[in-house]
Amino acid sequence: MDLLTAVFGHALRSALGPEAAVYALAAIGLNVHYGYTGLLNFGQVGFMLVGAYGLAITVSTFGGPFWLGLIVGLLAAVLLALLLGYPTMRLRADYFAITTIAAAEILRFLIRSRPATDLTGGVFGLQGFARAFRDINPITPGRYGFGVFTYTHIGLWSLLVTWTLALLATLLVWKLIRSPWGRVVRSVREDEDAARSLGKDVFSYKMQSVVLGGLLGGLAGIMFVTASNAVEVQAFLPQVTFFTYTILILGGAASTVGPIVGAIIFWFLVSGIDAYLRAVSQAGLLPDFLVGINLGPIRFALVGLGLMLLMIFRPQGMFGSKREISLGL
Amino acid sequence: MASETTTPLADVAPVPGVAKPDPILVADGVRRSFGGLTAVDVDHLEVQRGTITALIGPNGAGKSTFFNVLSGFDHPQRGRWTFEGQDISRLPSHKIAHRGMVRTFQLTKALARMRVMENMMLGATGQRGERFFQALLTGWRAQEEQIRERAHELLVRFQLDHMADEYAGEMSGGQRKLLEMARGLMVEPSLIMLDEPMAGVNPALTQSLLEHVTGLRDAGMTVVFVEHDMDVVMGISDWVVCMAEGRIIAEGTPDQIGKDPAVIDAYLGTQHDEPGYTRPVDRSGNDDGGGS
Repeated sequence: MDLLTAVFGHALRSALGPEAAVYALAAIGLNVHYGYTGLLNFGQVGFMLVGAYGLAITVSTFGGPFWLGLIVGLLAAVLLALLLGYPTMRLRADYFAITTIAAAEILRFLIRSRPATDLTGGVFGLQGFARAFRDINPITPGRYGFGVFTYTHIGLWSLLVTWTLALLATLLVWKLIRSPWGRVVRSVREDEDAARSLGKDVFSYKMQSVVLGGLLGGLAGIMFVTASNAVEVQAFLPQVTFFTYTILILGGAASTVGPIVGAIIFWFLVSGIDAYLRAVSQAGLLPDFLVGINLGPIRFALVGLGLMLLMIFRPQGMFGSKREISLGL
Repeated sequence: MASETTTPLADVAPVPGVAKPDPILVADGVRRSFGGLTAVDVDHLEVQRGTITALIGPNGAGKSTFFNVLSGFDHPQRGRWTFEGQDISRLPSHKIAHRGMVRTFQLTKALARMRVMENMMLGATGQRGERFFQALLTGWRAQEEQIRERAHELLVRFQLDHMADEYAGEMSGGQRKLLEMARGLMVEPSLIMLDEPMAGVNPALTQSLLEHVTGLRDAGMTVVFVEHDMDVVMGISDWVVCMAEGRIIAEGTPDQIGKDPAVIDAYLGTQHDEPGYTRPVDRSGNDDGGGS
């Protein structure tokens, strides 16, 4: 019983924690791309990376103020969106997918490369760029909460800000998608030529969507590194994008609250499984074939299994429309 | 058709490339080839305003390719064409639609995962709420209601109003054709191009579709359509243009076209009729790229 409470508590803390909020933000951006516009962005982590490093380099390397770092980070995400979108948006959907996944990896290798070390800190990353964010923390120093939900004033501050941003982003996207703008964007997802034949400038709408989703990805990256006050390039592996996809599909692509709910459930499961395996391992109750191996990846194997089951039994996710998904094109 | 004596086309000579009294669309020297295959090679074509013009021809004649080129969905190697007197030959497809020349597709493009009403409302042009920042405000709501009203009227006219809240993907093939036509009308075009409007439509719906097409002309619109079914063509068109191997080989009223030996040849093939006929080398009989 104790074990279950501990596991459950750990899972719940993670489900509502800063990481879930960051992933929710990234998934909201991905939802704009994939869920509403039908753009296959396989490099959402690239947008997070340029947002994070835009902030960190501005503040840590050049000594600029935090607000300027924020602007640089967001502008970097916009620039990346334009750079990736402009040549690919007139081509078939798969070109954008290939370009985004490649660009994200190129950026990661560039940042950790030796010549870039002076600028980016290389493999050591950059630290201490979020002090200004902590200085404006209105919460009096101390510890807040109860049980597993105990946070320092610093942790609570970034937690509140990130979730607030995720909610605001949800609201923004909800408002946009329900407007005539959203109608055009969804028509692009359904059939570009149909949209063109009705006088819609498909290229322009796709670019707007790429920029908006990329901007939200950049914001996610900024909040990710702001919470820990440190950035480290190995946190931006391609799997971040695929977790974001898992979250989006789990919550329901093209649904308003899907990304947030998906992020909460995803991190609940990942951390819950992890905590459970560790607890069982400590108690010496693991089956023989699992003893002595690294337990870290197992949770992700189980997440993969869960995702497969989901696709088989509930392809529309938690909040997607079953009716919508069953309609062939 | 009985109306042909009253149309302005009565005095027009049935010759390929003939001038019309009041052309809305004029194409000159349009040539589109795929590799070594010339799919479209039209010297001159004029489409008379306010009429129904049918574009016929055997499979692979280049009708749909010509359609795609004129509507900006395909790009020719050379040629220019004007709409309402203005050169539109270098315009992207969406701008051509904006000018009032709207098309439908052979394979219907209903936006499956959107409601029928959304499909319709998408068609309206000049929507304030389609701009990113305006969309976040509320200034577009009044216009949105006007658009919804207009969409509803059109849905009633096309007897689709009972499906307004359904997904377009749940409609039958014929209903999708109707929806696509109605949606095109939301753009308020002066010329509508229908690519095989009757293809795959339940015969019970054909008559109603035909009535809608003639209704468009009677409302002052110009209609150009591609069609295979000769009965349909002869029944509703004011003017027929016949293509074969990318060229326009005949033009005229339905009666004139029905008797034109060149048209009969193109459809039936002379080689079947005349013993000892040898195929010319350039008449490979290939399809012009399929599905076009």
